[in-house]
Amino acid sequence: MDHRDIQKVRVHSIESFGAADGPGVRFIVFLQGCNMRCKYCHNPDTWSMNDGEEMTSDDLLKRALRYKNYWKDSGGITVSGGEPLLHLDFLIDFFKKAKECGVHTTIDTAGNPFTRDEPFFSKFNELMNYTDLILLDIKEIDPQRHQYITGVNNENILDMAKYLSDINKTVWIRHVLVPQLSDFDEDLDKLSQFIGTLDNVERVEVLPYHTLGAFKWETLGIPYTLKDICPPDKERIANAKEKLNTSLYK
Amino acid sequence: MANFEQWHGFKGRKWMEEINTRDFIQNNYTPYDGDESFLAGPTEATDKLWGKLKELQKEERAKGGVLDMDTEIVSTITSHKPGYLDESMKELETVVGLQTDKPLKRAFMPFGGIKMAEEACTTYGYTPSPELHKIFTEYHKTHNQGVFDAYTPEMRAARKNKIITGLPDTYGRGRIVGDYRRVALYGIDMLVEEKSKDLKYCGNGKMRDDVIRQREEISMQIKALKEMKVMAESYGFDISAPAKDAREACQWLYFGYLSAIKTQNGAAMSVGRISTFLDIYIQRDLDEGKLTESEAQELIDHMVMKFRMVKFARIPSYNELFSGDPVWATLSIAGKSVDGRHMVTKNDFRFLHTLENMGPSPEPNLTVLYSSNLPEAFKRYASAISVRTSSIQYENDDVMRVEWGDDYAICCCVSATQTGKEMQFFGARANLAKCLLYAINGGVDAKTKVQVGPKYVPITSEYLDYEEVMAKFDDMMSWLASIYVHTLNLIHYMHDKYYYEAAEMALIDTEVRRTFATGIAGFSHVVDSLCAIKYAKVKTIRDEDGIVTDFETTGDFPRYGNDDDRADEIAVWLLKTFLRKIKQCHTYRDSEPTTSILTITSNVVYGKATASLPDGRKAGEPLAPGANPSYGAEKNGLLASLNSVAKLPYEYALDGISNTQTINPDALGHEENEQVTNLVNILDGYFDQGAHHLNVNVFGKDKLIDAMEHPEKEEYANFTIRVSGYAVKFIDLTREQQLDVISRTCHEAM
Repeated sequence: MDHRDIQKVRVHSIESFGAADGPGVRFIVFLQGCNMRCKYCHNPDTWSMNDGEEMTSDDLLKRALRYKNYWKDSGGITVSGGEPLLHLDFLIDFFKKAKECGVHTTIDTAGNPFTRDEPFFSKFNELMNYTDLILLDIKEIDPQRHQYITGVNNENILDMAKYLSDINKTVWIRHVLVPQLSDFDEDLDKLSQFIGTLDNVERVEVLPYHTLGAFKWETLGIPYTLKDICPPDKERIANAKEKLNTSLYK
Repeated sequence: MANFEQWHGFKGRKWMEEINTRDFIQNNYTPYDGDESFLAGPTEATDKLWGKLKELQKEERAKGGVLDMDTEIVSTITSHKPGYLDESMKELETVVGLQTDKPLKRAFMPFGGIKMAEEACTTYGYTPSPELHKIFTEYHKTHNQGVFDAYTPEMRAARKNKIITGLPDTYGRGRIVGDYRRVALYGIDMLVEEKSKDLKYCGNGKMRDDVIRQREEISMQIKALKEMKVMAESYGFDISAPAKDAREACQWLYFGYLSAIKTQNGAAMSVGRISTFLDIYIQRDLDEGKLTESEAQELIDHMVMKFRMVKFARIPSYNELFSGDPVWATLSIAGKSVDGRHMVTKNDFRFLHTLENMGPSPEPNLTVLYSSNLPEAFKRYASAISVRTSSIQYENDDVMRVEWGDDYAICCCVSATQTGKEMQFFGARANLAKCLLYAINGGVDAKTKVQVGPKYVPITSEYLDYEEVMAKFDDMMSWLASIYVHTLNLIHYMHDKYYYEAAEMALIDTEVRRTFATGIAGFSHVVDSLCAIKYAKVKTIRDEDGIVTDFETTGDFPRYGNDDDRADEIAVWLLKTFLRKIKQCHTYRDSEPTTSILTITSNVVYGKATASLPDGRKAGEPLAPGANPSYGAEKNGLLASLNSVAKLPYEYALDGISNTQTINPDALGHEENEQVTNLVNILDGYFDQGAHHLNVNVFGKDKLIDAMEHPEKEEYANFTIRVSGYAVKFIDLTREQQLDVISRTCHEAM
């Protein structure tokens, strides 16, 4: 067995109380770095690989365990971002140690780095040994629309979903609902069909677009192109939930 | 051994041989492990009466906050003829009795201070009686006059410059909880008999001033007990003997409390720990088929309605300190027994259920004595009520039971007191943030430029040096602790002399334990300022007289509220050091000194009197309330903040450590079931670390802003929020305080 060095990672921020990203009360680590450029991203300040504070897996775990009291039998750690899968070496080290302490581990990802090529694939497989749950955000099922919204292709993302189903890794599928961008009945139906082919889905969540992150774009000096788009109304949210059968997955 | 027919079916022996309510409870209560499904909705009578009270509350608000005032009658236990919520519906009231002859009419209470009693009248457009003016200025002295006769110039300066502040020298000190349950369990005659024995044996053989005073006090207590009987008679009840059933128990107990609020306008007039006690009577009646669940709930609803009606005439400066017309009719439920059994009964559910039957309300200040070992179903129900109403607070029974046993009650916003065994000398607060500035400026107040503290050598360097500041701060804190305790000694001497709480003390043991409750204001700002001086660079900015009036802080520094030991250790040091200094001083009537970190809404007015601080808080801005981290300091979310507060050792702040948190419902969970589970986990995790208190609000900022802009909307009439140890109707706060509440951290992680 190889003896790795303690891994370091650049951390954007830490939230000691997360109740929306995984089951129960969660300690959420937001990592720096993402290659997608979603037009509605509410954390554009996590895109850069160079910002944030450098921390070791040991530091983070020590901090996380301060909240074990609050987790009981449902909570744990969620690594979000940014895109966590850009930091496989760190995640393997961090989650391996977390599992040794009996902590429930979750990754919140959009799947963009996924590939069956090496060295990624082996590392990913090792990481899955220490990962209890994946929150997989499928931004759009339609390849063209996905490309338009995020700047990248969704082929490997859907492949990741299939692979996770093959290895029977528990996932929650999430879909950010943005009027004019990712709220089309035909696509919701297609997404629903796709989810139906997977065997590992525990929950499906519709995340309504919100504008609370828009100010960050201005602070960063990047033009925000969705100024004219409002959050989806109640009817559209209900429609998406119905089409994606969210109530069937619980 | 007494043995009354009214006690049939009750077990135990000791409580029959002596006045010992705790022993009665421990021998007779029935723990309940089930859920809320047994509860009953409001009866028709409850709906009618509550409807009437809501109308009156609306009318009161429309009239500027006061519905009616007495100007001619000095309030005593027997001063008023009986009053009812509504004369035409009085047979619907299962618990009767008002402070005056009309609902929400405020009594005239001059013994604390005639000036204040009169100012309260004139503020709301009433003309106080000239005859009473003459009596209480020419013939009879009041507490307030006594205090000001004796104050030293140094005390006056410290008070005027608000380094000691909110002092109970212009209002009743409150915080004394009579064991009102004794009236129900024993009846007045037996209580008089026991107090008469105490009087007989008091001071046998020596006649020193403390004995003389005690003899006089016991006589006043006996007189108060006899007056309670007379007052009850006017409502058609004979309370000389014990209560025979649940309805009488509620009524007898309430008459005891009513006597207290007819004679005292203390800042906190708490009800105590009554739910488990009353459950014993209700359970006996239920078992004997004399009462239905619906009738039991009605009794509790009606009793709580009475607690929602308690009013006092206040002056504007008082309202600035304690905004929103609070009375802290604090009512404590749940908790555990020292033998390990939990003390949750069906009645604890019934009291929480009043918030559903009659909607949210700031009073009574419902307090759950919490332990992670309480039954899961009860924890979930309390959390669900929090999510729905934001009207309850939680206090850690696991840390309090160690200090106070299993029959303590919360006597104010968050302070514990042993029921019937103890009284408290309430001492408001010392502003430690100002003290830090006095240390830097050699005792000169940066706001008023007056030499208030001792003329120690000020700091003259451009940049602050941590060691130098700490040495000077230590000296200045010693001075502050001593002037503060001396001032309180004087206040309480006068309060005992001119405004003695005979009705409450009559229901407390003659051999009484006394605590001396000091308090700290500006806590988080001192911690963060010391961190700034230690870890960043703090440059002083001086005015033309060389007084430091502002600071320029460059660089990053740890802040209290992030579970960062560098800051939190300073917080612990500050608390321990201040208490040690308090303990060095002589405290009045051999009382035990304690301290607290709680400020109610007074953080706004304290902040106004405090100049800029090294942590970046600018002159005049509100201080953070209680033990809360400063606004904007929390960078890692709710639990990190809770962990910081949880590090403060309760043993060093036995008077309480208040913490108020607001959680956006969306951030708490997707739907109510999940929100409740998460809230229970938060409470368990926080309290299992030894934390003392948590106020939980569950709503978003949007709702607060809308309520501020549209107070006339029906939905906001009783919209209740929790603020630093008490609950308040949001629309009753001043706009300034509303803005302060809105600007405080609302945990809403994305």
